[in-house]
Amino acid sequence: MRSPLTQGRVSPASVLALLALATLGLAIAFMTVGANGRWGFVLPFRGTKLASLLLVAGAVATATVLFQTVSGNRILTPAIMGFDELYRLIQTGIVVAAGTGGLGDPRLRFLAETGAMVLFALLLYRWLLNRNGGNLHRLLLVGVVCGVLFRSLSQFLQRLLDPNQFVVLQSSYFANFNAVRPDLLMLAALGLVAAGVAAWRLSGRLDVLLLGRDEAVALGIDYRKTLTLVLVLVAILVSVSTALVGPVTFLGLLVANLAYRMMPSYRHAVVLPAAALVAAITLVGGQLVLERVFSLNAALSIVIEFLGGLTLLVLLARRAQ
Amino acid sequence: MAPPSLRGVLPVGLVLGLALLVLAAASLLVGVGDVGAPDILLASRVPRTLALVLAGAGMAVAGVIMQLVAQNRFVEPSTAGTAESATLGMLLVTLLAPDAPVMVKMLAATASALAGTILFLRVLRAMPLRDRLTVPLVGIMLGGVVGSASTFIAYRTDMLQFLGTWQAGDFSTVLRGRYELLWLAAILTLVAYGLADRITIAGLGRDAAINLGLDHRRTVAGAVAIVATITAVTIATVGAIPFLGLVVPNLVAMAAGDNLRRSLPLVAASGAGLLLLCDVLGRVVRYPYEIPVGTVMGVVGSALFLVLLLRRDSRHA
Repeated sequence: MRSPLTQGRVSPASVLALLALATLGLAIAFMTVGANGRWGFVLPFRGTKLASLLLVAGAVATATVLFQTVSGNRILTPAIMGFDELYRLIQTGIVVAAGTGGLGDPRLRFLAETGAMVLFALLLYRWLLNRNGGNLHRLLLVGVVCGVLFRSLSQFLQRLLDPNQFVVLQSSYFANFNAVRPDLLMLAALGLVAAGVAAWRLSGRLDVLLLGRDEAVALGIDYRKTLTLVLVLVAILVSVSTALVGPVTFLGLLVANLAYRMMPSYRHAVVLPAAALVAAITLVGGQLVLERVFSLNAALSIVIEFLGGLTLLVLLARRAQ
Repeated sequence: MAPPSLRGVLPVGLVLGLALLVLAAASLLVGVGDVGAPDILLASRVPRTLALVLAGAGMAVAGVIMQLVAQNRFVEPSTAGTAESATLGMLLVTLLAPDAPVMVKMLAATASALAGTILFLRVLRAMPLRDRLTVPLVGIMLGGVVGSASTFIAYRTDMLQFLGTWQAGDFSTVLRGRYELLWLAAILTLVAYGLADRITIAGLGRDAAINLGLDHRRTVAGAVAIVATITAVTIATVGAIPFLGLVVPNLVAMAAGDNLRRSLPLVAASGAGLLLLCDVLGRVVRYPYEIPVGTVMGVVGSALFLVLLLRRDSRHA
């Protein structure tokens, strides 16, 4: 399947340039539309929001492309594999164990959450990919059911909280780009940019992994080491972005598949930035439209969920043909 | 001498019946109030235990019917989009006609559940290569899409809390006069028993069933209508009970095989028993507070589902 955009001789660089221009245009619009000249307030306020949208877009897109490359298919995403529910479960567990202010410093708490999720995710996915490498649908179904199990456990733990704690906790259950703390943003930016650069530098090895496990080993890739490294990066990217704004389950699936269709190349060196830019366009554009046109602030994650779920259904149905 | 259709089932049935009695007694005795007070027993405990038995049996039977109709072991109302569609119907009718009697709301939920289930079966038919794991996956995703539509509408209209009451089964509010709709689920379970042989044959596949002289289309339509109604009634009165209809039939099939005439009573009894057990657990864990049975069932059910998925020998799958 080649989209009209990739027919003829379009170079990857020109597609990237177009995407970058669109992102820039949307970012400028996001910062300026309806500001009414109160720049002193508007610029820092919207700047924080824009920065978190861009960071999350880049992180989720990169993580999804990496995960799809090592698992060898384009339907899996870390989120569908129960990651978001795992995040909510850990959040709930922390509140049950230590209370809402339990870990004191929010930065310390942020680091603890991220660490716990990276560890968990690594163990779970490693075990699943090793054990079920052959049967993709089983892997996917196990991931989905794990998600349901984590969610039920969270609900179970929520019952142990008093109502005030529950209200505080519930705000962390939905993705929210409006309440990001600037100090956490800096911390998250450090982690995400480092992981993103590391992922980009792996591009060459990732291209070889696309050929499949045996071919990659034959071509001299240390498979186990690379797989572990990639899974660590995925876990960091998803954990940090989730801890920053909350879960955005289907965004990755949507943007990774759009990027594959648009790019006239399989090389990760161009696919990774393309997916990140498509994600940025989706998130910034979506937030802009929802805020300015429908004046809905927090509904972005629900809309993306709906679109992404449809994407998955279409992909499943098309594969089956 | 038992008739051949019951051979081998009787001992299992006796054990189950005893277990069910013990669980029902436990369900009647657990609670904050004093059982000696006649009002508590008649107005609250007995209705609650009855509601649990009816809903448990109904949802388990709905699951086994779905599995035969879709010819897949991992299908049930919560993995076929049925439950989410019923919830969406409840939400819409509550928004459009808040004062409608509960019967009307339930009919709307049933219609919506039917539409969702038929859509799921259509999607399945459009997929020529459906392996046994893709089918529930498609169902869960379909449910997710319908569910996010519900969430969005509820979010816009400040109905999120209402939505929560339908999404998680909870029997703590069951009182005399507020659960009687569930008897409809019981009647439908009996109707399903009457159709048991036809549904079993329909489960052999369309061509085989038609060769055996069955009106396949009508049987499937009837079966799906029963499933949709049982699901809608349950959601309208107590909320969704995930995975009960998936786990129970799978466990019963290991013991008693796939002949619905033989296995349906066992499925109904086991479903009632498992739901009673989960409800008593939810009431005891944090006494005097309660954990809703939908949540307990979610944990127990998804854990058992994972076990079914990861079993090394997939003889029954």
